[in-house]
Amino acid sequence: MTYYLDQLLNGLSLGSLYALIAVGYTVVYGIVQLINFAHGEIFMIGAFGALSTWIVLSWVTGGSTAWWNLPLMLVGGMIVAVLTAVLMERFAYRPLRNAPRLAPLITAIGISIFLQEFVRLFYGQIPGFPDAKAAIPFPQLEFFTGPAIDVGGLQVHRGNFFVMAALLICWIFLWWFVNRTATGRAMQAVSQDPDTSRLMGIDVDRIIVVAFAVGASLAAVAGLASGLRYGNIDFKMGFLAGLKAFTAAVLGGIGNINGAVVGGLTLGVVEAMATTLIPGQFGGPAWKDVWAFVLLILILVFRPQGLLGAKVVDRA
Amino acid sequence: MLEVKDLVVAYGKVKAVKGISFSVEQGQVVSLLGTNGAGKTTTLRTISGLLRSESGEIWFEGERIDRTPAHKVVMKGLAHSPEGRKIFPRLTVEDNLRLGAFARKDTDGIARDLKRVYDLFEILYERRAQPAGTFSGGEQQMLAIGRAMMSRPRLLMLDEPSMGLSPIMMQRIMSTIRALQSEGVTILLVEQNAAAALKLSDRAYVLEVGQITLDGTGEQLLGDDRVKRAYLGED
Ligand SMILES: Nc1ncnc2c1ncn2[C@@H]1O[C@H](COP(=O)(O)OP(=O)(O)OP(=O)(O)O)[C@@H](O)[C@H]1O
Ligand SMILES: [Mg+2]
Repeated sequence: MTYYLDQLLNGLSLGSLYALIAVGYTVVYGIVQLINFAHGEIFMIGAFGALSTWIVLSWVTGGSTAWWNLPLMLVGGMIVAVLTAVLMERFAYRPLRNAPRLAPLITAIGISIFLQEFVRLFYGQIPGFPDAKAAIPFPQLEFFTGPAIDVGGLQVHRGNFFVMAALLICWIFLWWFVNRTATGRAMQAVSQDPDTSRLMGIDVDRIIVVAFAVGASLAAVAGLASGLRYGNIDFKMGFLAGLKAFTAAVLGGIGNINGAVVGGLTLGVVEAMATTLIPGQFGGPAWKDVWAFVLLILILVFRPQGLLGAKVVDRA
Repeated sequence: MLEVKDLVVAYGKVKAVKGISFSVEQGQVVSLLGTNGAGKTTTLRTISGLLRSESGEIWFEGERIDRTPAHKVVMKGLAHSPEGRKIFPRLTVEDNLRLGAFARKDTDGIARDLKRVYDLFEILYERRAQPAGTFSGGEQQMLAIGRAMMSRPRLLMLDEPSMGLSPIMMQRIMSTIRALQSEGVTILLVEQNAAAALKLSDRAYVLEVGQITLDGTGEQLLGDDRVKRAYLGED
């Protein structure tokens, strides 16, 4: 029994990571009907931003892994991720706003390759930074990593705790932002009717930038969480994570924020459970990606609007 | 207050507005009449900045606005309630109204205007927490007008505010327009119901396939034979 609970918890924490990234796909899609396939790279950049912040701090602190590094790493990761996303929107996507749908898609692939190769080739060139051609160990901070915590006989990995708590906090914050602030209301308005939004005095370009920035912030949280959970990061980490998070967003209903969270958690649990429950040849970790994408195909065939429905973008 | 000079607007190669000129004076109600496809909506959308003109000029309160982005036109005091109401269906009534005041920062003034709209249309107050998409056509129209009022415009453009409404609702809308005028709001009105529009218009223009073919005071046009035949259904 404990074993299954353990796996469930693993699934939920993996799913939280997917959910944090999936929000970025969904928010941007809800506003501009664009699938930003380079979003996985923003997650990777967020992780590298957090690592870089720690490295710079370590020049002063001599490599302290005290808990208070975390907020600083988080802020550092967010700044780099948001900056990358905003530049990407401004210079790659905005000129293509009225182009055929295929153009931004191909652009996204180009941006992905560019960002991966940029990190791979140039990160280690910065004096004092490690070579990024292979995986880089991520600082294991006190309190957020270390021995598992015993919860009623269940051994919970601290990284799992962190990512689940991070998702909860981000979700609450996002709810407040979208429903309780003027900018959030403007985001909803633009996703429902961009032209009429302009008549309200909403600068649609600015709202699009906000959508990219919000998605990048959460991806940076996920990047940091991923580093803490797995103990290392690498320049390729955004590819599969991005694909999974996209699956999660579609699963929950693209354009729907709550859908991204539900989709992420569902996907994480399905992966963990498929690994555990499916016996024999098709079980085990080697097949978990297969089951994840089987789920995507099933959803696309039988419920293309996703679990919660693509409610933010169903305008007439 | 508003001056349109030789305005030409095209969709691709097809010209929808072919060089029209008209003006709206402070405090007036001015109507644009015309059959379907005459170019009325195109004209309003160009004035509010949603469409770019091919040539011609648009002046508002002494300032040229034909290259101003739509969201900045509202801030200058020119609101546009679009054809088909275009309320935000999944936002509540109150959120819709607050969006109308998006460009404003004066919290007190916004609260006062919100009350003013609720006083004018009690039904909006009763149902302020409901998603606007659940409203009937008439209620949505009230919401659309209220939303446009929330930006506290000096010039309000209304595109077919009575579309699909019962005669009673139609009366409500027309008396609201009069009330707004008496508060000092200038109105540019596009209406299918030419008789009702002309009765409260200080001035009116008739648009036919992108060109102004007739203009005069409301009374003059009400008495004009051509207008009677084409728009008032009389022989
Ligand atoms: N988005 C568009 N693309 C191409 N042509 C358009 C577009 N919108 C309008 N038109 C054309 O421009 C012309 C003027 O249309 P417009 O909507 O301005 O007319 P209108 O006077 O508002 O008509 P109605 O009374 O039916 O609302 C019409 O011939 C119409 O077909
Ligand atoms: Mg029209």
